[in-house]
Amino acid sequence: MTLMQSFSELMHQRQQRETVNRSRPVETEVTKLDVRNLNFFYGDKQALFDVSMRVAERSVTAFIGPSGCGKSTFLRTLNRMNDIIEGTGHNGRVLLEGQDIYARDVDVVALRKRVGMVFQKSTPFPKSIFENVAYGPRVAGQNQYKALVEIVEQSLKRAALWDEVKDRMNDSALALSGGQQQRLCIARALATNPDVLLMDEPASALDPASTARIEDLIFELKQNYTIVIVTHNMQQAARISDRTAFFFQGYLIEVDATQKLFTTPTKKQTEDYITGRFG
Amino acid sequence: MSVAQATSPLSIKRPSSLTRRVSWTRAREQIIRAVLFLCGALSLLTTAGIIIVLFTEAIYSFGGTAFFQSVSITDFLFDTVWAPQHPDHPRFGILPLLCGTFVIAGLGGLIGLPIGLASAIYLSEYAKPKMRRIVKPVLEILAGIPTVVYGYFALVFVTPYVLRPIFQTWLGFNVDIFNALSAGIVVGVMIIPTVCSLSEDALRAVPRGLREAGYALGSTKFDVSLKVVVPAALSGILASFLLAMARAIGETMAVTIAAGQQPRLTLNPFRGMETMTAYIVNISLGDTEAGSMEYKSLYAVALSLFVITLLMNVLAQWVLKRFREVYE
Repeated sequence: MTLMQSFSELMHQRQQRETVNRSRPVETEVTKLDVRNLNFFYGDKQALFDVSMRVAERSVTAFIGPSGCGKSTFLRTLNRMNDIIEGTGHNGRVLLEGQDIYARDVDVVALRKRVGMVFQKSTPFPKSIFENVAYGPRVAGQNQYKALVEIVEQSLKRAALWDEVKDRMNDSALALSGGQQQRLCIARALATNPDVLLMDEPASALDPASTARIEDLIFELKQNYTIVIVTHNMQQAARISDRTAFFFQGYLIEVDATQKLFTTPTKKQTEDYITGRFG
Repeated sequence: MSVAQATSPLSIKRPSSLTRRVSWTRAREQIIRAVLFLCGALSLLTTAGIIIVLFTEAIYSFGGTAFFQSVSITDFLFDTVWAPQHPDHPRFGILPLLCGTFVIAGLGGLIGLPIGLASAIYLSEYAKPKMRRIVKPVLEILAGIPTVVYGYFALVFVTPYVLRPIFQTWLGFNVDIFNALSAGIVVGVMIIPTVCSLSEDALRAVPRGLREAGYALGSTKFDVSLKVVVPAALSGILASFLLAMARAIGETMAVTIAAGQQPRLTLNPFRGMETMTAYIVNISLGDTEAGSMEYKSLYAVALSLFVITLLMNVLAQWVLKRFREVYE
């Protein structure tokens, strides 16, 4: 079986799953994020060149590409995470529901409450499971214990972790397994009630079973959230995403419906990459 | 013989035998080893020597009479008067000295610990690299000022130009020229560099991923610093606090000059007090006859001080271990 065929196979499996899950027709897609001519710099070094793309609401968009291609950098421009790195700069526009997130009057703290993020390495705080999830609501000013309990439970349920931790909410989060820690981080991100969820290789440090759980979870979450995920694993992109964007050396080479990009890519570089000729 | 060795111009001579031989190289290794061992042993021997002297002079002496062979330990710990020089009825209650030590160290801690931690947070989380390059050396200068200068500063500046105008002229308290508050203030300033530099190390060791996770959840910089980074660095911060307090308790010259030499059991920071260290200075410098009770009391006080600072250090080590979060 060739690689292309195996991707077709994957897509077929997915479509069967989607017919069950997806109730909303494709034509009602609303643009959530709209990036226009974005250039990004680390000091003098340009990392992104003239990137433009749209991300539809309640969809999963995957970014693929070899290491150092700019996919993570691009992801981090979407919640202005790069702001905390010294000496970075950009031009171009990133619109969230039509509002430029880099405009002067934008409150970056508010932006990050709406655009949540999950990192490659799970980063639980050295606190209890409960306090980890309650962190976001707490810094947002929610101090009522009853409300926090509710938010925490709801978030953990959404992240498919509730059943495993409900009896040990006061244990240290660091005692959880790697896969559980990552789902805890997802729960923690969900607790701030974002509408966009950015995921930077969320499963790359996990074993296959935990990875499958995270992928199922992403599939569930897209009914309520707009998800953008960076992955170095093309099969993963094929399994979970609606649209896939291929980055190479700071350029967005191609972005299209996942099925189309993996079966009939229009650019030579994309084809070379997904057929494993480099990367 | 391999081709590579035969042709390479860089090949070095291969040892032909693996049997040990007496050689200069081997002898040199042995000498270096011995010298290094002696250096290590020296500090151990010094510590052991100090402990032995303290023990024989204070607790139990063969033949002679150690301090606690003449004064009961209950009197020493619970009598409220320290008057070793009284001609007829000398009394050896260490409470006034303990009180002086802890009031001054406590005031120093109240001032030095929060400021030290705050400046560590500033340096680690807020300051730009350029700012850090200026502030760190300045802090090190602060750490390098001889403590006698701090004491002098407390006596000729802090008390007359800061404390007296505020507390005496304005608020109506009676401020002694030698007082615990001025000593506490300069001790506080003195421990700032210790707290700051150790806490900053602990804060900077917190992985960047944790900070990013905090920011990604919509935290302000202040939230991230106080609710993410400080808790994650708690063990190092607490250890820096304990080490700084050990330093404050052991501080000698500044408190001797600033707080005076009157053992007084009071919590009033405007009065003069004598710390354990100040008493040791007092007796060491005076014309006390060797072998007298007064002279021996020196060792009893020194032993108490030694035990207190030792406990602080052990506690600091324990805290470091107990609260350490392990990051990959």
